[in-house]
Amino acid sequence: MRHVVRKLFWVWNYDKEEKWLNEMAAKGLCLISVGYGKFEFEDCDPGEYRICLQMLEKRPRHIESRRYIEFVESTGAEHIGTFARWIYFRKKATDGDFAMFSDYDSRIKHLNRIITFVGLVSLANLLIGTGNVIRAIANAYPIADLNYSGLLNIAIGILGSFGTWRLLKKRNKLKAESQLFE
Amino acid sequence: MANVTLTEAVYYILLSLVEPMHGYGIMQKAESLSNGRVKLAAGTLYGAINSLLEKGWITALPGEKDSRKKEYQITQEGRQALEAELLRLKELLENGKRILEG
Repeated sequence: MRHVVRKLFWVWNYDKEEKWLNEMAAKGLCLISVGYGKFEFEDCDPGEYRICLQMLEKRPRHIESRRYIEFVESTGAEHIGTFARWIYFRKKATDGDFAMFSDYDSRIKHLNRIITFVGLVSLANLLIGTGNVIRAIANAYPIADLNYSGLLNIAIGILGSFGTWRLLKKRNKLKAESQLFE
Repeated sequence: MANVTLTEAVYYILLSLVEPMHGYGIMQKAESLSNGRVKLAAGTLYGAINSLLEKGWITALPGEKDSRKKEYQITQEGRQALEAELLRLKELLENGKRILEG
């Protein structure tokens, strides 16, 4: 039987999303497709699968991304779906541990990719929003006409900056650990 | 060979590729060589294979375009890197033994 769950995760909470998807799989609900805030599950044996997600470096249709997905599948994982640049895999729990990365270097590189994305989106929103609001003020529009989309851009920019800060903290912790361990 | 330290992943990938092998084979070989301790994840392995190809320490064997079946093998430069790493590891081991065991 199929079950649809609507739930939103901030990009910087991708590890919480992965944890939640694994908790669902442990309960016998295995992810079969992903969409915008929409997760579709089907019944499976509790704990039958483990789930992993990752942000791709290039667009999902890019030849390099396709090669990468093929490679991961060749290691026994199943490509469940793609949402924006995020890819979702599942693997039978009987195959042992399932993670996309097994060393600090590749984990840090992956985090840097997410940081660049979230950071650039936040910066663009902050700049566009501030520009629009300043223009509205400079043109002395009445307060009711104040550029609301500009304010929305600024809000997104601030939220994204918070996310970037969270990701940077996570990345720096990994970097510090990588100085001591491999 | 420059004085470099290989990561554990690179060390086991190079060691596995003394004979031709595809990606999944490398994961299994590294795990069995290390008695189950080293579990290379697919993303880490993929990145390391690409870096090693760029560096010329491993080569992709011709004939297989499907990346799922593509096989790789260590090159002469890769062997030299492994040998240099063995010397470094020997030094680590000997110093450790000498100081801790007296």
